Amino acid sequence: MSTLTLSAADAAPEKVDKAAPAATPATPATHTPPAAPAPRSRGFSLQWLRTLIAAVSGIGALVAVWWMVADTVDSFPGPIPTWHAAVELFADPFYNNGPNDMGIGWNVLYSLERVGIGFGLAALVGIPAGFLVGRFGFMRSASEPVISLLRPVSPLAWLPIGLLVFRDANLAAIWVIFICSIWPMIINTAAGVRAVPQDYLNVARVLALSEWKIVTRILFPAVLPHILTGVRLAVGTAWLVIVAAEMLTGGIGIGFWVWDEWNNLSVEHILVAILVIGVVGLALEYALLWLAKRFSYGGTV
Amino acid sequence: MNAPIVKVERVGMRFDTNKGPFVALRDIDLEIARGEFVSLIGHSGCGKSTLLNLIAGLTLPTEGVCLCNGREIGGPGPERAVVFQNHSLLPWMTCFENVYLAVERVFGGTESKAQLKARTRAALEMVHMDHALQKYPNEISGGMKQRVGIARAFAMEPQILLMDEPFGALDALTRASLQDELMGVMAKTGATVVMVTHDVDEAVLLSNRVVMMTNGPAATIGEILEVKLDTPRERLKLAHDPAFAEYRAAVMEFLYQKQMKKAA
Ligand SMILES: Nc1ncnc2c1ncn2[C@@H]1O[C@H](COP(=O)(O)OP(=O)(O)O)[C@@H](O)[C@H]1O
Ligand SMILES: [Mg+2]
Repeated sequence: MSTLTLSAADAAPEKVDKAAPAATPATPATHTPPAAPAPRSRGFSLQWLRTLIAAVSGIGALVAVWWMVADTVDSFPGPIPTWHAAVELFADPFYNNGPNDMGIGWNVLYSLERVGIGFGLAALVGIPAGFLVGRFGFMRSASEPVISLLRPVSPLAWLPIGLLVFRDANLAAIWVIFICSIWPMIINTAAGVRAVPQDYLNVARVLALSEWKIVTRILFPAVLPHILTGVRLAVGTAWLVIVAAEMLTGGIGIGFWVWDEWNNLSVEHILVAILVIGVVGLALEYALLWLAKRFSYGGTV
Repeated sequence: MNAPIVKVERVGMRFDTNKGPFVALRDIDLEIARGEFVSLIGHSGCGKSTLLNLIAGLTLPTEGVCLCNGREIGGPGPERAVVFQNHSLLPWMTCFENVYLAVERVFGGTESKAQLKARTRAALEMVHMDHALQKYPNEISGGMKQRVGIARAFAMEPQILLMDEPFGALDALTRASLQDELMGVMAKTGATVVMVTHDVDEAVLLSNRVVMMTNGPAATIGEILEVKLDTPRERLKLAHDPAFAEYRAAVMEFLYQKQMKKAA
């Protein structure tokens, strides 16, 4: 994923240069040549239609399988009872009958809050750490073994440590999110710093810019797309992990809500929760992709 | 002639590669006078960029010294502005901001913001890019980017301008118009220029001296051709000038007879 950004970064400037005389033909995403819009847009809409049909049939197949499984397994609810449960849940997603009985909307928001805090702290630590690791060979050599050793560990393994240190279930869950978010932040930021084109650094050297200006005007903007890749990976993982963490820590949150509904044997609600978790994850992913595109400098970074 | 602004004394450059040491340059001796336009020409890979980077201070020689105003060059600095082959504009800044970054660095200590902005605008006007001040580099053509790169370098009012194949990536027409523009700017500012090129016409048209380099590895200066054409030079008139043709032939002869690439 980070490699994808890297290779794009390497290839793009050259492409622009080769095609130099015509006005920026190398970035069709921003500039469509006005000469031949009709055939291009027709091809595009056909492509789009095909994608839509494929997507609808994929979802249709999923629902069909679900239906068949629900038909054969006794206590497993099919799409229709689940739909009714969902309508009921979403009729009032933000009711509040005390801390043990809140609407699904509140539970999602509490989970998002934990992800936000844990991830935010990870970014606060991980981005500067990534800059150091990327800029100084010694830091890289020092951190590499530590990161390689700790990164494959399931973040949930850190939960008991969090409970022990913080003596608070909520803080422990945030701690788990922090741990799982920090690796992609460090790794992608460091990779970004190392991938800053030598040309830009040469500009900085010829101008003899101050270290502060180098960081703010050159390194940070050049690394930003990589940081955003790290953010996207971190948030994706965090959203995966929070559900599991909350199942263990309890409290208000979509993970514990699932566990609670399992204890109530309300499988419809679990299925609704799975869909909600999926939709929220998808929304986060798309929001961050959009953000990354905003800061891609027209593909020339 | 007055004291040379740049002196390259017995310079050699050895790179340590993973296949062992590689000697790119040896025994380079060169003096560049104030206000002179010198081009470096040679087959690709002979070490032209390496020599330019040594004068820029971006790399340091492994033998000998480079001097600027009599002082050893120990690193890059704004008095030796570089126009990079691939323009090297920062893509997250507009054309104006790219030039302003350089102007602010050089004159920020002594001038007001309004003066800095005026300088930036003047530099972009000089290369006829004042219509694209607020455009980002990916919104303009390759020739325009190169213009902005040149404006950035000139805006610093450097003592020496170092250019590494500044027009190499451009088509012939754009290149010609940028060469004309460069001659205009030179006439106005009287700057000292060292330019790397592999284009014989360009070298003869623009230079006071053409420094011809032998093939690498261990390349050095083969011949130096003094071009005594009147300035200002006009491309169209020169096309029929026998002197121009002779200079051109001399460079061609060096490149294609004396330094013909083995097994090329
Ligand atoms: N940093 C470096 N490390 C190793 N070899 C290098 C380095 N820079 C240049 N060279 C080698 O030095 C020679 C001259 O390169 P260069 O100055 O870029 O040539 P030119 O600009 O004339 O085309 C080439 O053979 C190149 O491979
Ligand atoms: Mg070169």
